[in-house]
Amino acid sequence: MAYSEKVIDHYNNPRNVGSFDKGADDVGTGLVGAPACGDVMKLQIKVSADGVIQDAKFKTFGCGSAIASSSLATEWIKGKSLNEAETIKNTEIARHLALPPVKIHCSVLAEDAIKAAIADYRAKTTAKVAE
Amino acid sequence: MTTQARVRETPEKKDAAPGRNRPERPIYLDYQATTPMDPRVLEAMIPYFTTKFGNPHSRSHVYGWEAEEGVEKARAQVAHIIGADEREVIFTSGATESNNLALKGVAHFYKDKKNHLVTLVTEHKCVLDSMRHLQEEGFEVTYLPVKQDGLVDLAELEKAITDKTVLVSIMAVNNEIGVIQPLAEIGRLCRKKGAFFHTDCAQAVGKIPLDVEAMNIDLMSISGHKIYGPKGIGALYVRRRPRIRLQALITGGGQERGMRSGTLPTPLCVGLGEACAIAEHEMGEEAKRLTRLRDRFYAQIKEKLPEVYLNGSLESRIPGNLNLSFAYVEGESLILGINDLSVSSGSACTSASLEPSYVLRALGVDEAMAHTSLRIGFGRFTTEEEVDYAVQDIVEHVTKLRDMSPLWEMFQDGVDLKSIKWAAH
Repeated sequence: MAYSEKVIDHYNNPRNVGSFDKGADDVGTGLVGAPACGDVMKLQIKVSADGVIQDAKFKTFGCGSAIASSSLATEWIKGKSLNEAETIKNTEIARHLALPPVKIHCSVLAEDAIKAAIADYRAKTTAKVAE
Repeated sequence: MTTQARVRETPEKKDAAPGRNRPERPIYLDYQATTPMDPRVLEAMIPYFTTKFGNPHSRSHVYGWEAEEGVEKARAQVAHIIGADEREVIFTSGATESNNLALKGVAHFYKDKKNHLVTLVTEHKCVLDSMRHLQEEGFEVTYLPVKQDGLVDLAELEKAITDKTVLVSIMAVNNEIGVIQPLAEIGRLCRKKGAFFHTDCAQAVGKIPLDVEAMNIDLMSISGHKIYGPKGIGALYVRRRPRIRLQALITGGGQERGMRSGTLPTPLCVGLGEACAIAEHEMGEEAKRLTRLRDRFYAQIKEKLPEVYLNGSLESRIPGNLNLSFAYVEGESLILGINDLSVSSGSACTSASLEPSYVLRALGVDEAMAHTSLRIGFGRFTTEEEVDYAVQDIVEHVTKLRDMSPLWEMFQDGVDLKSIKWAAH
């Protein structure tokens, strides 16, 4: 399995590893994948009142491509509005990291993780408004 | 098995801890995949490439005679390490061919009398695939499960053998988890119930004492490259008394008593013979040394890392193998990190199917845990320094990857991972 230089770089120097308090009002958490499949990604966003992703963190259980995909995802969504972040496609992640076909699912998971984090944040804010 | 990491493009300077010199080439810890040739084996082979190059089947001149002499000496060396007669050993291209020949050859020859075979779910792919082909031809095959320690359940085996069973094929040593099956008990059972006993000994020859008489073995597959001999050569032991018959897969000039035609590759045969002779002579000492190295490795790993699990029996296991699950760390990512070490992963995440090792699954290791496993193989040329370096490297990267693992975080927070409804993908 030959990995691309970009994957190796993200693997050796992962960006934004860590966690936010998932109970915080301004934090959205996405947890996707399954241990049995060998990939689990947790991606968290910290969102400002005007809907901009101020910070992002991830933790990933998975192969080098999965780690790189989630690391790249956190890099890309920082500074974006929720609506912008939502438009990130797995194909862009796969292309940027030069993932081979058997690793495309890693980029799909990263896209899912972004969407799940945003959905979690939105569900929280809607619930709060409802209160 | 599986993913061999070949990534060394990025020698990360800060990766190497102070006082720790990165090896020039990765440390080889994959001795169940293959072994380097012993220089003594190579030395024995060289004359047969250049000066003694004759066709061992040529009867009319000295070139043929000296090549034949080399081959026959090798045959005797192979026979000797397993307590067989040299007339019971035929050369093949390797254990895969030997397994194919034993299973298909015996099944085809006796098909009018018996049509049932028994094997284990943890056998090597070449045995399982030969069985599958036989099933397609109409043979019945029983695939027995193994116990949690990877060993056959003898009571289950006894029940599985019927008067229609022509052959039982059970490997001596598993290639992934290194566990040793109770060959003597299996042999006794097969003899009692009138079934032939074939055993794939690719991982066993030269590692554990083998005796075809004491163990009632009727057919045995042997590999060259697993025992510091050359690749492309193996052997099949076929019992003469009582005589086991088999239908050849490769026909032609009728070499090897008609069971395997084709000109013998003299240098390879000589290499296999020499490898067996060395192994037979040094097995006892080597086993002690490897046990010491393996115990040193395993003790340090257990001391420095929590949540590490051994797959397969420790007691009934060859000295040169460990198969460990580093919980909450995916195997392939670990292999990518420890690129100073050459090991195999049970994760097999490179395959499109994403299926982890079928051997580990057969032990009841859950899929998530199977994804975290590494096979670490020690061998003749492994040193204490290499073992210590490997420990440091693995500990460092497991720790780093656990810090990055959401599962490790959840485990630390006391979350039961099984209670979460994971979305399959």
